[in-house]
Amino acid sequence: MLNKFPMWKYLALGFVVLICFLYASPNLFGDDPAVQISATRGAKLEITTLKKVQYLLSNAKIKPIKETLEHGQILIRFKTGHDQLIGRDLISEALGDSFIVALNLAPATPSWLTDIGGTPLNLGLDLRGGVHFLMEVDMSEAIKKAQQEMLQDLRLSLREQKIRFRGISQSKENGSIALRFADEGTLQKALKFLKPINRGYQFTEQKTGDVYNLNVAMTTAKIQSTKEDALQQNLTILRNRVNELGVAEPLVQRQGSDRIVIELPGVQDTARAKEILGATATLEFHAVDTSTEMNDAVAGRLPPSSIVYKKRNGQPVVIKKQVILTGNHIVNAQARADEFGQPEVNISLDSKGGSKMSRFTKDNIGKPMATLFIEYLPTNKKNKAGKLVMKKHEVIANVATIQAQLGRSFRITGLSNNSEAHNLALLLRAGALTAPIQIVEERTIGPSLGKQNIINGIHAMLYGLLAVTLFMVIYYRKFGLIAIAALLFNIVMIIAVMSMIPGATLTLPGIAGIVLTVGMAVDANVLIFERIREELNSGRSVQKSIHEGYANAFSTIADSNITTLITAIILFAVGTGPVKGFAVTLIIGIATSMYTSIFGTRAIVNALWGGRNDIKKISI
Amino acid sequence: MLELFKAKEPLRFMKFSRSAMVLSILLVGASLVTLGINKLNWGLDFTGGTVIEVAFEQVANLPKVRNVLEKSHYFGAIVQYFGNSRSVMVRVPPIKGLKGEVLGAQIVHTLQAANIGKLSMRRVEFVGPNVGKELAIDGGLAIVISLFCIMLYVSIRFEWRLALGAVLALAHDVIITLGVFSFFHLEFDLTVLAAVLAVIGYSLNDTIVVFDRIRENFRRMSNSTTVGIVDMSLTQTLTRTTITSGLTSFVLIALFVVGGPVIHGFSTALLIGIFVGTYSSIYVASALAVRFGLSREDMIPKVVEKEGADQESLM
Repeated sequence: MLNKFPMWKYLALGFVVLICFLYASPNLFGDDPAVQISATRGAKLEITTLKKVQYLLSNAKIKPIKETLEHGQILIRFKTGHDQLIGRDLISEALGDSFIVALNLAPATPSWLTDIGGTPLNLGLDLRGGVHFLMEVDMSEAIKKAQQEMLQDLRLSLREQKIRFRGISQSKENGSIALRFADEGTLQKALKFLKPINRGYQFTEQKTGDVYNLNVAMTTAKIQSTKEDALQQNLTILRNRVNELGVAEPLVQRQGSDRIVIELPGVQDTARAKEILGATATLEFHAVDTSTEMNDAVAGRLPPSSIVYKKRNGQPVVIKKQVILTGNHIVNAQARADEFGQPEVNISLDSKGGSKMSRFTKDNIGKPMATLFIEYLPTNKKNKAGKLVMKKHEVIANVATIQAQLGRSFRITGLSNNSEAHNLALLLRAGALTAPIQIVEERTIGPSLGKQNIINGIHAMLYGLLAVTLFMVIYYRKFGLIAIAALLFNIVMIIAVMSMIPGATLTLPGIAGIVLTVGMAVDANVLIFERIREELNSGRSVQKSIHEGYANAFSTIADSNITTLITAIILFAVGTGPVKGFAVTLIIGIATSMYTSIFGTRAIVNALWGGRNDIKKISI
Repeated sequence: MLELFKAKEPLRFMKFSRSAMVLSILLVGASLVTLGINKLNWGLDFTGGTVIEVAFEQVANLPKVRNVLEKSHYFGAIVQYFGNSRSVMVRVPPIKGLKGEVLGAQIVHTLQAANIGKLSMRRVEFVGPNVGKELAIDGGLAIVISLFCIMLYVSIRFEWRLALGAVLALAHDVIITLGVFSFFHLEFDLTVLAAVLAVIGYSLNDTIVVFDRIRENFRRMSNSTTVGIVDMSLTQTLTRTTITSGLTSFVLIALFVVGGPVIHGFSTALLIGIFVGTYSSIYVASALAVRFGLSREDMIPKVVEKEGADQESLM
């Protein structure tokens, strides 16, 4: 029989409708003002911390809605924004520096919905307010540094090997290094020695007059990897610093080959954010003072040349004030497992650092050496000039025993586990920033503008919808009504799909994309209905007309949607930020509108009129 | 039954194809001229610089704002209302020796310190000059790639004459939309670029619907001329074209009126694009395909007679 759907199709449609309403529903519940507590390096959040916070709040007569300890974070929901602010001040005062206390908005989604994965839409910065930074890593500086290191290295290793060379120079154009030798024999000797220990460099011989030249240049692969390392290093450092900011749900992400995007929702004070992101960290190696008693030292009785610092677990260590070496000399640090599976950190120094290290360790074999990590962190206080006061934060990262005279590369062993090794390597690398970064784009959206943007977007959608509904119902009557039902469901479906995809973010252009889809989804129905009218006019039966109308319009709808999809995908690939948001809603909208306007309307039409031969006229 | 157009006979669209062609060439020419002379009024996204939007509690006094800025040596700042008389937008070109990321906050502080009424920061945007250039190049590339992919798709699904007609029609729409933006000095930012790409998608939508009808009619009406078939197809799809363009315009007008000033450029570009696109799918895409020599043979796959095809299958 014509225009009859089998039962399973209705069941499938019903299922889709149910799922979409279910996953779109988290957006209806709004947010609770909340305070989010997380631990900084070294500290740990425990149930006692939660108890302490609960006690604090009950003393202040603040009744939170709910307190949870999940994923290493404490989240406290408050009834009002006022409670939230008082709560934040109380908690951050009581917990001190080891914890980050941030204001947040926690979705008030019921827990049964969260359990099945229902989350509200991610809102872009243009809708929720906050700061967006785009930072660029200075790659030419990174390459330059690597080449200068190389120059030092070559000079030193040839001297060590007692291979005589006439001169060494660096080309201004591409930074390649030229070594000059007096005769072919020495050149060959140098080449034989240098080539195997300098992978990633290209050696070319050249003879001009009676001078034998050896050119050393970075291979393209080496340049690539140097750049990649510089980016990764900056990414890690920025991530650590952003965590220090105490922002709920920050985003730190690479973009392309040399850029990093940072998004800090809810942050208005960009000056503070920038100072933190630009904060410096350094590293120093010190000899451990073994002659002073620990008890004396803690009581303050220690020689003026020594000082006490704490390890991350709080254990004090007495070290000599004199610095053996600073972190600027560290070229690289990698966490590895040694032949027995024990964690270790391999460190490479530049040539200057190597000789300093070598000189010191020669006389101190068997003695302990400490690694001191120094970070300048901003405080909440401001000085008279309105600048943030930076606090020097020093912590002993590691104490290791010197086993032998060390050179340019050495390793630190005796680490308790892999994650400690990993952290130490990260800190060591962070001490020496190979490439400077600068802000190339910054956007700050105030919270009031964000709210205004959401309201504007929703209003535009409502008015647009109203106009379309009026026209469709007047022009196509019952069929128009069906099309509008499908259209409304289409909007629900877009919201549900966007809520389900974790990476999808709704932006203002994204809302514009949904509004536009309203126009587009109707187009498919206009095509179908016009087709049905044509069939009716040519004298076919009602059932036959409906059937033919849908069948004939299908290929047209598919073709026109696919071509729009092509442009949407290209937009997605090329665009960034809000434009990408527009492309995402457009792509999702095209897919969902095909489903609702073809399958969805057909299901209703079939249910109402399908297979009934008594119908001579339909309301179209 | 309400009907917009009741045509018993096909409307003779192609009769006016020559005058339409002249009109199109004139419009495209004029657009290119204004693009050459006035260029595009590139927005912050492309030029780099700093934009500050502040909201005053009372109606803002623009001359006073300008005065304050000039006294503090921010020269070349463009100060204008944004959306309503309480929102003020200040745009500052990149200043040598001064970091753009500092500038925005400085200006907000300067304005807050001056005695010109209470105000709050709405947004500060800073874009470095190099980022803008890259975006402009990427945007241009996106348009070219889109056109190429569409050309490919339409060639495969339909026929190269139609594909060429469609792509030329799209280029026509893009150029005229850009021309209008250039002529009226409307700001061209990233969202407008997105809108121009969406225009490509939309205008193509109309064209594809018409092409689909042309293909179908070539199969159905075996004794009609090409022009007759194109006219017939355009007539049959006219109601749909009008309704869809009309409904999309409704929605866009709503977006323009209540969507807020941030989205003005976007909705303007789409409104122009849809208007031009509707015209071009009738008079540029189809007319060009006819001019390129579209014929029945191109549209209908030759039937290869298989031996024994007239006999019943054995299996």
